[in-house]
Amino acid sequence: MGRFIQTEESTGTIRRAALSADAPLFMPDAPLHLMGGRHRQTGRVTFPYPGDQFDPVALPTRGTVWSYTIQRFRPKTPPYAGPETFEPWALAYVELPGAVIIEARLVGVDLDAIRIGMAVELTRVALDPAAQDPFWLPAFRPATVTEREAAQ
Amino acid sequence: MSAATNVCIIGIGIHPFGRTDGVSGLDQGAHAVRAALADAGVAWGDVQFAYGGSDAAGNPDTMVDRLGLTGMQFINVRNGCATGGSALFSAQMAIRSGEFELGLAVGFDKHPRGAFNALPAEYNLPEWYGAAGYMVTTQFFAAKIMRYMHLHGISRRTLGLVAQKAFANGVHAPHAWRREEVALDTILNAPMVSDPFTKYMFCSPGEGGVALVLASEKKARELGIRPIHLAAATMRTRPPASFEVFAPSIEIGGGVNTATRLAAAAAFEKAGIGPDEIDLAQLQDTEAGAEIMHMAENGFCADGDQEQWIAEGRTAIGGALPVNTDGGCLACGEPIGASGLRQVYENVVQLRGLGAGRQVPGAPRTAYSHVYGAPGVSAVTILHT
Repeated sequence: MGRFIQTEESTGTIRRAALSADAPLFMPDAPLHLMGGRHRQTGRVTFPYPGDQFDPVALPTRGTVWSYTIQRFRPKTPPYAGPETFEPWALAYVELPGAVIIEARLVGVDLDAIRIGMAVELTRVALDPAAQDPFWLPAFRPATVTEREAAQ
Repeated sequence: MSAATNVCIIGIGIHPFGRTDGVSGLDQGAHAVRAALADAGVAWGDVQFAYGGSDAAGNPDTMVDRLGLTGMQFINVRNGCATGGSALFSAQMAIRSGEFELGLAVGFDKHPRGAFNALPAEYNLPEWYGAAGYMVTTQFFAAKIMRYMHLHGISRRTLGLVAQKAFANGVHAPHAWRREEVALDTILNAPMVSDPFTKYMFCSPGEGGVALVLASEKKARELGIRPIHLAAATMRTRPPASFEVFAPSIEIGGGVNTATRLAAAAAFEKAGIGPDEIDLAQLQDTEAGAEIMHMAENGFCADGDQEQWIAEGRTAIGGALPVNTDGGCLACGEPIGASGLRQVYENVVQLRGLGAGRQVPGAPRTAYSHVYGAPGVSAVTILHT
């Protein structure tokens, strides 16, 4: 595992070389599905995909907010590699039914409107939106109602 | 168990917590050792061994340079927030085994200002996790209490009351960092750091040093010291399906079992007493929510009871179970290597009846201490007179 190395030129930005050594977060053939791991013996599902003794598995894309908080100050760099200019962001644990509870950003919702139990769906958010080739983080947004659900 | 292998605390010393510019963490540890030796009435040359802990202030064994090159055994301990507890566990084992009769557990630290900045590689986590801004301990504590409040009906006001009590107790603890009362409204209306916590509800990384002189009961009797008995010292790691600091995922249904529950159960079994027989407790309060949740995880109340307990002042000095009598981490700050031993120091002060303005009334006979930290470690001690 490569350590994030900070240089004068890259302060606050991602060294892609270090991050690319990590296992992918999204399924290579299905970009908006997260890649979890299912333990070969116990069937326990975890995220991110941990490698050895786990099979890759696409995680459900819809779930509910299990808990959350708002990050109100800029985390220290290193290791944080977000933009220098900090805007508070929401961090949630999202329960993906039958699979696992995962930690991810919450987007597309007023910070005051977040509630435990709210339905959310998977999206992604750029760690640094200004970057030319941004690193994409898993994120969830309030679930859109499907046509079938609306008809019920 | 024979008297020869019962372990006692015969001396305590502390360097005040907070910020002491110009004094290294190691020197704060050495200061605490000298104070503990003086308290016990023994000399550095009498110390047969030491276990020393520090997270960020250098190798503890280098303090022999300050204290005297006697050739004694000195083992360094680095175990996150359980560093002090692990040093104490190891020290009492050295005596219980019969290997030694008198030794030290010492812990100190000196952290830079601001939040801890842990790195992913130190916790076997991928680089993106740190780059994303998730290596922030405050996020975990906030998310944990947010769910706990939702499930068990704990109000934000109760979080404020815990912080208010901590600062009120700290006023009377000479070793505390924050020694001024803070009004409940000030606490509740202060800027939010990580919802639902305002800045007064979190402790800060800080500095400090603590040392305990341990001896066999037989040795304590020879020295003519009225000892405090160490009934149990346990340390545990996380069980399956727990929710811990730096957790990218949690098992479905998880978050109930914790390292704390394991360490607490083991300690009560070892001591042969139950939570209702504890007269006062120091519970890890890195923020106001942790104290609340740890009351239940350590077995002192059921989930949700805290709302009423705290409203009734049951955890205040003079309550049924005073908690964090010196203001805990909220008032003392958290120098990781020293923090767990600070709790034990405070318990010894209380059991000796020397707490002055913060003394628990009624001559307490049993005292409990508990730490918790990344990546899911906990240590507990039980003392009795």
